[in-house]
Amino acid sequence: MPIQYYIILASALFCIGVVGVLIRRNAIIIFMCIELMLNSVNLMLVAFSKMHYGLGSADNKIVAVNIGTDAQLFVFFIMVVAAAEVSVGLAIIVMMYRNVHSTDVNFLNRLKN
Amino acid sequence: MVYLVPLFPLLGFLLNGLFRKSLSKSLIGIIGCGAILASFIISCILFFDVKSGGALAVQPLFQFINIASFKIDFAFQVDQLSCLFLLIITGVGFLIHVYSTSYMHDEKDEHFARYFSYLNLFVFSMLLLVLGANYVIMFIGWEGVGLCSYLLIGFWFKNDSYNYAAKKAFVMNRIGDLGFLLGIFWMLSKLGTANYNDVFANVHQLSPTDITGITVLLFIGAIGKSAQIPLYTWLPDAMAGPTPVSALIHAATMVTAGIYMVARSNVLYSLSAVAENLVAIVGIATALFSATIAIKQNDIKKVLAYSTVSQLGYMFLGLGVGAYTGAVFHVMTHAFFKALLFLGAGSVIHAIHNQQDIRYMGGLKKYLPVTHITFLLGCLAISGIPPFSGFFSKDEILAAAYAANPIYWVLGVIGAGMTAFYMFRLYATTFLGEFRGTEEQKNHLHESPLAITIPLFILAILAVIGGFVNVPEVFGGNASLHNFLSPVLKSENVQGLTSSKDFMLMGISVGVALIAILIALAKYRKKPELNDATGLGKVVANKWYIDEIYNALVVNPLTYLGMFFKNVIEKSGIDGFVNGVGTFVQYSSRRLRLIQNGRVGTYILYMVFAIAVLWAVLWNQIDIVNFFQKIF
Repeated sequence: MPIQYYIILASALFCIGVVGVLIRRNAIIIFMCIELMLNSVNLMLVAFSKMHYGLGSADNKIVAVNIGTDAQLFVFFIMVVAAAEVSVGLAIIVMMYRNVHSTDVNFLNRLKN
Repeated sequence: MVYLVPLFPLLGFLLNGLFRKSLSKSLIGIIGCGAILASFIISCILFFDVKSGGALAVQPLFQFINIASFKIDFAFQVDQLSCLFLLIITGVGFLIHVYSTSYMHDEKDEHFARYFSYLNLFVFSMLLLVLGANYVIMFIGWEGVGLCSYLLIGFWFKNDSYNYAAKKAFVMNRIGDLGFLLGIFWMLSKLGTANYNDVFANVHQLSPTDITGITVLLFIGAIGKSAQIPLYTWLPDAMAGPTPVSALIHAATMVTAGIYMVARSNVLYSLSAVAENLVAIVGIATALFSATIAIKQNDIKKVLAYSTVSQLGYMFLGLGVGAYTGAVFHVMTHAFFKALLFLGAGSVIHAIHNQQDIRYMGGLKKYLPVTHITFLLGCLAISGIPPFSGFFSKDEILAAAYAANPIYWVLGVIGAGMTAFYMFRLYATTFLGEFRGTEEQKNHLHESPLAITIPLFILAILAVIGGFVNVPEVFGGNASLHNFLSPVLKSENVQGLTSSKDFMLMGISVGVALIAILIALAKYRKKPELNDATGLGKVVANKWYIDEIYNALVVNPLTYLGMFFKNVIEKSGIDGFVNGVGTFVQYSSRRLRLIQNGRVGTYILYMVFAIAVLWAVLWNQIDIVNFFQKIF
């Protein structure tokens, strides 16, 4: 499939994620949107890696096995980071809930004044 | 050694000025008078040096202005003209300083010291004026004497009307100074130099328009400084200052600065008929106009002030018809007899305890004998009676005036008659008849102390014999002053008259003066006019309402303009703008503060916007960089 479809899909997912972070009030939904942004980037990386592999193998008669696999490896790193971040973040949200009994981020305006 | 002459008064000014709170009166007097005496001694040495033919070169002190090819040196030029003026200034100045030690005796110590420091500063400035070797140094002295005039007229500064008089003197001087400066600028732009020797040597490089323009502009400066029409009204008001100040500044020295300047520039003036005519016409008009005002004044000092204006008019008439020696001679004799008259008036005022109205004086002959005799000698001298000094100098001017244009002579003789008339009116009302003051004043009338009478005595002798330095040939004299000054006053062009005509002219003028004296004595000896004047006399007594006219035409419109600027443009415009900047900063800071609302969501929104902008910039960075390179 042409690469543009993947680019459009990933951009759409990223924008949805950004808007979700800005607009939603529930802290857990915000975390889901952050995951959405990270996964859209993963999708983009994998798509470009396949394109790279396709371009590389079309040029050479000798098929190199390692063309374009860097991005696929990087995706694993991103997933690890996302997992770690989610664990820490959910821990913070649990602490917050225990204190104020609400997950509304608009409640956190202690920086005002 | 020339620099010593102005140095002593400068030191006297500094010492008396800086230490005025800690010196005793006698020490202040010694410093003040001693400085001038030292200058006088050195001036005498310089005079004899110049007379025997030496020391005429320009003596530079230091480079004053040195920009690219434009150089003005601070240099002194000692020649016959400046020597003569040096003697007059330091000699008469010394006598007046001695007089002041007794006249100002009632002041407190620090005011006494302030007075002497101002007087010394004045003498210093006047010496700079006459010693300068170029017009710029002369202008420095010119401004200095104007400043000292302001300081000394307003000496008793607690009185508002005195301050107003001082301000008036300074502002009118300044108006003249504008003309003087423009003249110097014109000269500098055409010739590149302001040194006397260079200017007079290169005068053929100037076009006639240039010469006329420069001379007329310089003369405007002289009009302001020497109180001619139309800038003379400051001089009568300047009588608010102490009487020795009036004697020194407004009789003997400062007002003669204009005469000195024109005499020094005789080369320029003789090349411009327009300027010479202007000088002569302004001179004779002033002489007549102020003589008419003097006839009706009742304040002893105001009469003398208008008399000064009138005599200055005579001097300018002399300059305008080419009798430069005559004018300078009249400066010298006028310094003697006018200082004598002012100091005598001061002695009278002192005796009657600061009362100056002649309607309340009279019969002072028997109470103040020395003052009386010296005042009488001064009156005779100013009226032009032979063999006193005023006769020789005034007649030299009148003879030259006749040779130029007989009308000048006729008007001059009329003026001389009026001079004799009002001077003897003053004399008779003050010294003859019966005393018209209070009984208490009568009991305190006594002759003044020696410090006052000795200068009067010396000045009287000078007023009597001062004329003999320039006896004209018709009397068999050798005109020694004329010969002495001729190297400097090169452009003198007095046509000689036949001796019989000369005698006839002199006879007529002396006769007119004698008749005026007799009329005045007869009229005022027994019955002084005590009532206020009516009709034309009232107009004359009110100075022809010139002050009121000036106030309405010039002073009040300018004051209103100033108030307008202050209240409208300053308050609403400039203040509004400056305060507006502050108000704007406060307003905008109040609005900007609302960005920080403490909500994290808003902060994340700003972050997203910033990332979007950054991405746009990086995507288009080539275009943006090119755009900025084109601007800068």
